[in-house]
Amino acid sequence: MTSCSVPTLTPIEAVEAQSVLPADWQADFQNLAAVDLQPAVLELIRRTSSRLPQDVIEALAAGRATETKDSRGANALDTMLENVVLADSHGAPLCQDTGTVIFWVRHPFGLSQRRAKAQIRQAVAEATKRSWLRPNCVSALAAKNPGNNLDPFGESHPVIHFEEWEHPTVEIQIMLKGGGCENVGAQYRLPDVALGAGRDLKGVRKCIIDAVVKAQGQGCSPGILGVAIGGDRVVGYERSKELLLRKLTDTNPNAELAAFESALLADLNTLGIGPMGYGGATTVLGLFVEELWRHPASFYVSISYMCWSSRRMTLTLDAQGGIAFQ
Amino acid sequence: MIKLTTPLSEAQIRALKVGDEVLLSGNVILSRDTGHKFMVEKKPDWLRPILENAVIYHCGPVVAKNPDGTWRFVASGPTTSIREEPYQAEVLETYTVRGVIGKGGMGPKTSAGLQKVGACYFHTTGGAGALLAERVKRVIDVKMLEEFGSPEAFWIIEVEDFPLVVTMDSHGGSLHDEVLKASQERAKALTA
Repeated sequence: MTSCSVPTLTPIEAVEAQSVLPADWQADFQNLAAVDLQPAVLELIRRTSSRLPQDVIEALAAGRATETKDSRGANALDTMLENVVLADSHGAPLCQDTGTVIFWVRHPFGLSQRRAKAQIRQAVAEATKRSWLRPNCVSALAAKNPGNNLDPFGESHPVIHFEEWEHPTVEIQIMLKGGGCENVGAQYRLPDVALGAGRDLKGVRKCIIDAVVKAQGQGCSPGILGVAIGGDRVVGYERSKELLLRKLTDTNPNAELAAFESALLADLNTLGIGPMGYGGATTVLGLFVEELWRHPASFYVSISYMCWSSRRMTLTLDAQGGIAFQ
Repeated sequence: MIKLTTPLSEAQIRALKVGDEVLLSGNVILSRDTGHKFMVEKKPDWLRPILENAVIYHCGPVVAKNPDGTWRFVASGPTTSIREEPYQAEVLETYTVRGVIGKGGMGPKTSAGLQKVGACYFHTTGGAGALLAERVKRVIDVKMLEEFGSPEAFWIIEVEDFPLVVTMDSHGGSLHDEVLKASQERAKALTA
């Protein structure tokens, strides 16, 4: 066993000093229909691409402390933590795969989703031009790359989920979801004869263990899992991904699922897959499980896998002109 | 720690075993999904002098253009290698490539190719994009940039002390195989 201190990122003031937002910028809530979100979203992308959330850094450091000294697993975690510090200090992308860019926008009545979508797309194209995002959007068959991260139909990239809510604030959450970890996500239909998994938590547990074993290091372990039980195929996957926005320190409000998560997390870390699949005790950093409703005939377990470089952030704009990046 | 510089000889590669840590310097050619399909289907001759005794890197970088028109790597960690499993062995053999850098490991078809040609699979840390970009000394050239787009193009770069671990050697050894089998056994016990 070795100890490992949590690395320190640059002070937030230094990050703010590099902000692309004009000092006096604020969203005019008196005239929501005319708000231009582009500069704030551009700043959101800049920070998310280069600065890993503190709870993820602490989980990596905690994992490092459980690995045997000089093992490949320990060395890989050291490299990851070194990379986190370097990306932050250079304001460079943490990973060359800046992912599928996914937004969740929650807003009060009066904001135009059509305009907001255009502004978010402008911000994504500008961030790509500035090398904060890799051009990751290509046509499926010909693999044609427009170079700006925008699909020409405005349908599939960036991904933007809108929801009107009752609060007087605009909240924009972003996730940069790498392709390697997206590829190891899985959806199970229970009962599953091969796994011996029935329609209960015991069956769900078998699915999750199976998915983690199949993923090995290919999703850049140690990973974070979002698991939705129920829903249809679309809702299940959508929700499993949204769960990855939670902080690793968050506790599941459902006591039964909270206990299930912590017991299974401990079990998953005995699989020996380890950081990058090198072997070791740090295979999964966190696990979030949620129960949805379902059609009586369908019982899906949808699993989204997030790599260790879990890039997510929340931008909040309040009616008083306040702006927060968390 | 073993220091190697490209071009690599078969003897240098045959001496490497699973678990060896390597610092690689010299020329490396980036190629991933589109490039591997292209290499197998088209087998272009212009790639021969570039790839002979060289090392392929599974990577789609974030690049920036300098004011003088040259390129700079901003982030350049590995991509998941297993997607090249259908193509890798044939690429190794066609072009006498001595090594592949990536992440996640590859399967039995590639292992057979490594043994036949005399090549190694080198693993590097996924997600360490900023750190690995620091080990790129310069961008020498880029091929098929227009056709494939930046993440898929053949970037030819010079690296210095690129940190690697041999996880598949030219003798049939594979760390990925060992970890997979042990974790499958453990999973069986956990779900019994």
